[in-house]
Amino acid sequence: MTAPLVGASVRRKEDFRFITGQGHYTDDISRPGQAYAYFLRSPHAHAKIKHIDAGAARAIKGVAAILTGADLAADKIGGLICGWMIHSKDGSPMKAGAHPALAVDRVRYVGDHIAIVIADTLAIARDAAEKIEVDYELLSAVTTPDKAQASGVAQLHNEAPRNTAFQWELGNKPETEAAFKAAAHKVKLKLKNNRLIPNAMEPRAAIGEYDQGSGGYTLYVTSQNPHVARLVMSAFIGIAPEHKLRVVAPDVGGGFGSKIFIYAEEVVCTWAAKKVGRPVKWTAERSESFLSDAHGRDHVTEAEMALDAEGKILGFRVKTLANMGAYLSTFASSVPTYLYGTLLSGQYAIPAIHVEVDAVYTNTAPVDAYRGAGRPEATYVVERVVEEAARQLKIDPAEIRRRNFVRKFPHQTPVIMNYDIGDYEASLNAALKLIDYKEWPARKAEAKKRGKLRGIGFSTYIEACGLAPSAAVGSLGAGVGLWESAEVRVTPTGQVEVFTGAHSHGQGHETTFAQLVAGRFGIPLENVEIIHGDTNSVQFGMGTYGSRTSVGMTAIVKALDKVEAKAKRIAAHVLEASAADIVLENGEFKVAGTDRKLAFHELALNAYTGHKFPTHEIEPGLKESAFWDPLNFTFPAGCHICEVEIDPETGVTKIAAFVAVDDFGNVINPMIVEGQVHGGIAQGIGQAMLEHGVYDPESGQLITGSYMDYTMPRADDLPNYKVGLTVTPCPSNPLGMKGCGEAGAIASPPAVINAITDALGVKEFEMPATPLRVWQAIQARH
Amino acid sequence: MYQFNYLRPKSLDEARKLFESNGDAKFIAGGQTLIPTLKQRLAQPTALIDLGAIGGLAGIKVAGGAVVIGAGAKHNDVATSADVLKAIPALAHLASHIGDPAVRHLGTLGGSIANNDPAADYPAAVLGLGAEIKTTSRTIKADDFFTGMFETALEDGEIITEITFPVPEKAAYMKFPNPASRYAMVGVFVAKTKGGVRVAVTGAASSVFRERTMEAALAKSFTPDAVANIKVAAGNLNSDLHGTAEYRAHLVTVMAKRAVAAAH
Ligand SMILES: Cc1cc2nc3c(=O)[nH]c(=O)nc-3n(C[C@H](O)[C@H](O)[C@H](O)COP(=O)(O)OP(=O)(O)OC[C@H]3O[C@@H](n4cnc5c(N)ncnc54)[C@H](O)[C@@H]3O)c2cc1C
Repeated sequence: MTAPLVGASVRRKEDFRFITGQGHYTDDISRPGQAYAYFLRSPHAHAKIKHIDAGAARAIKGVAAILTGADLAADKIGGLICGWMIHSKDGSPMKAGAHPALAVDRVRYVGDHIAIVIADTLAIARDAAEKIEVDYELLSAVTTPDKAQASGVAQLHNEAPRNTAFQWELGNKPETEAAFKAAAHKVKLKLKNNRLIPNAMEPRAAIGEYDQGSGGYTLYVTSQNPHVARLVMSAFIGIAPEHKLRVVAPDVGGGFGSKIFIYAEEVVCTWAAKKVGRPVKWTAERSESFLSDAHGRDHVTEAEMALDAEGKILGFRVKTLANMGAYLSTFASSVPTYLYGTLLSGQYAIPAIHVEVDAVYTNTAPVDAYRGAGRPEATYVVERVVEEAARQLKIDPAEIRRRNFVRKFPHQTPVIMNYDIGDYEASLNAALKLIDYKEWPARKAEAKKRGKLRGIGFSTYIEACGLAPSAAVGSLGAGVGLWESAEVRVTPTGQVEVFTGAHSHGQGHETTFAQLVAGRFGIPLENVEIIHGDTNSVQFGMGTYGSRTSVGMTAIVKALDKVEAKAKRIAAHVLEASAADIVLENGEFKVAGTDRKLAFHELALNAYTGHKFPTHEIEPGLKESAFWDPLNFTFPAGCHICEVEIDPETGVTKIAAFVAVDDFGNVINPMIVEGQVHGGIAQGIGQAMLEHGVYDPESGQLITGSYMDYTMPRADDLPNYKVGLTVTPCPSNPLGMKGCGEAGAIASPPAVINAITDALGVKEFEMPATPLRVWQAIQARH
Repeated sequence: MYQFNYLRPKSLDEARKLFESNGDAKFIAGGQTLIPTLKQRLAQPTALIDLGAIGGLAGIKVAGGAVVIGAGAKHNDVATSADVLKAIPALAHLASHIGDPAVRHLGTLGGSIANNDPAADYPAAVLGLGAEIKTTSRTIKADDFFTGMFETALEDGEIITEITFPVPEKAAYMKFPNPASRYAMVGVFVAKTKGGVRVAVTGAASSVFRERTMEAALAKSFTPDAVANIKVAAGNLNSDLHGTAEYRAHLVTVMAKRAVAAAH
């Protein structure tokens, strides 16, 4: 018998094609007769469009069409939507400003879309775009959330006075205030969660195509969730009914959330394909990605914690301003609300919590989910404040956490979440061991001898993924259900095709999902094909984000259950036994206790020939599908500890050690999980030390619009991590798994900043910890 | 990118003639600055005259107490040249820290100094070592060559052919990279030469400059301590997201001190 597949570090099946350049991305696709699109974008942060003159541009040879917002409106194409309704504390629905795919009379951020130029070549399209004359009336701009609600600043949407989309709250205010009255200690911090720009390796791209014969559209697009794209483009934007719109997301080179959303470019290319009678192809240049991919984070927060004399947390209150950018992007409203406020209890038993979030519009790119989405912001708030509490109360940072850990499960927090299982002490202890906490004072002293400031920082995080029971998210405002679906087809010769709605864009689904199936049926891994990304082949899907693969994999398990049950019934007939006596072992259907058996491929052939069972009782064929709606969120948790060394002369900060111990429940492929942790920490360290999306406060120009100024993490910015796993199997799905995709990015930023503030001996410090900022903090100390 | 003609002369003479007969022509060497500029449509030359096929432009030789490097020598050639490593290791070290391997295998010495990016590394070595720049029409001293931000003493159509670096007694280059671009946010080249001590600073201001106060101090005592307390005025220095003028001024001192300590 071979080693079990589930739980094994199987090499990724997809990597051969990726690393040998044989992946098939949207930009690799060329359709016969295709034309090329270039989007004319606003160079201004805020302006009225008085007039657009495209006459000279249209006259250029090779230009197929130049289309504007007026053309979209004439065709009754709807605007982009935000699919999660948030209600303000006064009960009013959120104020979503209209978001036309091409601006009608106003542009609201640098990069906002004005016109699509379609031509025989990209060069002609660009030449033509330069010839379009737009008469702007410039308006003042506001770019930061703390200024957005002031009187006298630019107003973005008439629908949203004071640039406020909603004022949301969660938790219990009177109880929280009472907790503060009773508190021996109060710990308060002002925090900023810096704006990030996603920077997937593959820029966004779209090819729209219209087939006059069938009246059907096809969109090839860099999407994490092609079915959702189809649904939104059909039901809300009105491009075509669902059965006349095929959305294909082929290989996708990273998304990190930024490819969940339904963007203007893909909508316009699809619509325009019919207008010009040719496929229309667009691929973002990197500068366009910087300007127009949905950004992440951008919160300003004040948080205060109430503790008793022993360091037990009594209450927590948080006020956050969330920058939504110029428009509400597809899922933007859920990020600073239900993906944020619900995680403010951290790993701790906190009796009273109250959070208020004002979401504001500014003249910047829309902000939406980015790896972690709300949970990194929550974790940053909780873990920075807890660490500060430890310092103020002079309690060891590990000890203060121990005193507050949730220890009894299930645990109902004051902010909706019901934690099903966990062992926070176990991951803390394992991390302390990995970092060798006992020797910490010696390391600090030794660094001091070398003239370096060494600091240590903790982050015991929790997150919620496996989004999420449909009824629950529906009651919180989601416009969709968050089930996942799968279809398992066994071929007559015994291979298995799995059609999953859980799109893979770097996560390794083609391997882990195949491990699950091959392990279950005892067949070789290479006999399993995982198919995703095409609405014409996959029945339905909600897509991949929020570390929700536990949902997608459970849907597969449910389909496998049905396949196995049917296979056993067929085997019973063929082997002339009772179905109850059939067992599946090592790829064979056996009559228990006998040597009568059918190999998996023999069973498959029998299922399709239909020669040996009553086909009026049991349908021929072997193909089943399932929808799985999760029973609860899942709650990965763990402990990250970071040690930094700072050169006080230059402010240069190096990560001297980084350990991460995570509890992801059961793990299908430890190597892939470790890779996800490494990548997540890289992005977390990126946020903490390197990355920052900065707009000029006056002009609203994106200052960090290229890699000359936006610091992407490079290999030599990152340490060697020491990672480990603890396991409490998740009770709400049959695989016992929780999800691992975002944990690294969620957990690590506070660990890094806690280490830096420890080294510097300062209370407040803004990410990213660039050498300049660290040096300035050192200067401010004396 | 806009349309342009691509020309590939075999000799300097031919290159000059093509330049004169082609309106708004530009020379191209490694293209590591020019190509990104063209891609962003920030320049619209009528023709690109590729200097890559002209013989004898990329040599490296040591002669008469100097290292003579052809304008077409790639950064990687300089970084790995046994002759340079032996004669002026600081110069090889500087070249090895320009950009990434792809950039170093394409970018050239001539292109770098002709471009005179305020954050480029080579200008610090050229000025710090008191090099001489030979062109198709004359020889220009380093002190006269770098005239301002992206500006040099080169005339229209003048081609750099080689740069002569006198071998110093000791020298070192200390670079503080911009965290994002990894160009020099501050780079200090310190050299003890026959003609005296030279300290050239790049990245900090609109163009590379000599730090004369430090030169005087180091002439008296070539030790890190001699410069450790010299405060550089922030007034004319660059200020941006990555470094304020004050920070850059501070880094000039720190990098100078470290360069002196590392000089050999
Ligand atoms: C990703 C990246 C990172 C980089 N990092 C750094 C860095 O850390 N430090 C650094 O210093 N530089 C850096 N560079 C710039 C690089 O060093 C370039 O090679 C250099 O600036 C230009 O050299 P080139 O040969 O590519 O010139 P080109 O781009 O071909 O030309 C540049 C200019 O010089 C002119 N020119 C070229 N050769 C001659 C000549 N012989 N005579 C007269 N004029 C000439 C051209 O007409 C043009 O105006 C980086 C570049 C990139 C793309």
